Amino acid sequence: MTSQLAGGPLVQLTGVNKWFGELHVLQDIDLAIDRGEVVVVIGPSGSGKSTLCRTINRLESIQQGEIRIDGEKLPEEGKALARLRSDVGMVFQSFNLFAHKTILENVTLAPTRVRRQGKAQAEARARELLERVGVAHQADKYPAQLSGGQQQRVAIARALAMDPKVILFDEPTSALDPEMINEVLDVMTSLAREGMTMVVVTHEMGFARRAANRVVFMDGGRIVESADPETFFTAPRSDRARDFLSKILNH
Amino acid sequence: MQFLSDNSDLLWSAFLTTLSLAVVSGLCALVLGTVLAAMRVSPVPPLRGLATFYVEVFRNTPLTVVFFFLAFGIVQIDLQFPSRFLTAVAALSLYTAAFVCEALRSGINSVPAGQAEAARALGLTFGQSLRQVVLPQAFRTVVPPLGNVWIALAKNTSIAAGFAVTDLTAALQRLANANADQLLAVFAAVVAGYLVITLPSAWLIRVVETRVAIVR
Repeated sequence: MTSQLAGGPLVQLTGVNKWFGELHVLQDIDLAIDRGEVVVVIGPSGSGKSTLCRTINRLESIQQGEIRIDGEKLPEEGKALARLRSDVGMVFQSFNLFAHKTILENVTLAPTRVRRQGKAQAEARARELLERVGVAHQADKYPAQLSGGQQQRVAIARALAMDPKVILFDEPTSALDPEMINEVLDVMTSLAREGMTMVVVTHEMGFARRAANRVVFMDGGRIVESADPETFFTAPRSDRARDFLSKILNH
Repeated sequence: MQFLSDNSDLLWSAFLTTLSLAVVSGLCALVLGTVLAAMRVSPVPPLRGLATFYVEVFRNTPLTVVFFFLAFGIVQIDLQFPSRFLTAVAALSLYTAAFVCEALRSGINSVPAGQAEAARALGLTFGQSLRQVVLPQAFRTVVPPLGNVWIALAKNTSIAAGFAVTDLTAALQRLANANADQLLAVFAAVVAGYLVITLPSAWLIRVVETRVAIVR
């Protein structure tokens, strides 16, 4: 989608460490994500996968190490951090659509306020994106009037409206009723096919097999294994990954 | 009745003084209180500390003492307000801002953290997420507590009577002293003056509350 010219990984984490008090939640994380790559992060709960995802746009700060987006080091605070975040989309487990704004306003807020786009231009683009995720006819409703699956698709459209370099998905289907999971995964799969760079924390193994270029398995705050989906699901190297897979795939 | 119409000029101007004290101080307190609330939730520790200090000082000082300080205390450091009315506005605004701040802060805390996170993740600055996302939702939940602050302010204006501002309470003292036989009429007129300010407010607060309610 975007220019593939610049060399080097789009997202690079080097020697990242984070503690919540005594708890060492991220331990010596090294991870490089290329342009157009779809990385699925899996692992048992408490393994640090969501925290890892949230450090990439600094919703969580880190105590040691370095994170670079497109070669640029993550700033600590202020306008520089806001500018960098505007290039990194995020989709949350609990959707987090702005409750007091309509669906259309949810999608146009950041383009008009952060990118300084004109209202008409931002609205036209927003309607295009809402059409694409299949909720165009809900544009004038409020988030609470939509189903969870619809809200999450709006959240994806809201992230796309900023033309991000990469989108972070933090357990995007975990809060959804089972019958709504696929409508969200379908949108994500088509994004992956189109070459969007994505980091996806999820429990949806079907999605990982279908759309991921690479599966990263985390346990106890460490990256235990990193492989292409075929290799990971058929021949995991570590005991912990085998143990994890046997628990989730055998039903 | 004859008595009240004889003094209608005094009562009317006293009513206007009370009303303008309440409205002007209310607006100043709303602005100052919003700034303080923004400071209290800001990521910058010195700003948080300063705002907390302010709130604790003014919330825990009797309003009369604040009046005393602004009317007489600051003269010691060669400062003085241009008029007694402005002294009263300053005292009421500074005092009420602390309560506005706390009402707003409770509202800000009632907005789920994910709302601000989503705003920040989109690249909105701290100020933008506050203005565009958090405060509009916070204001809706703080209409009732802010209404209470407003009604308390309307009644607190009566302290100004002790500092040579001719408001309703000052009119009450003056008329009651001069006309001991008309005490009930004077009381009724003054109480009615306060009710004219506070009762419609209570009604307006309910209307605003239902108008701005959001579905969650």
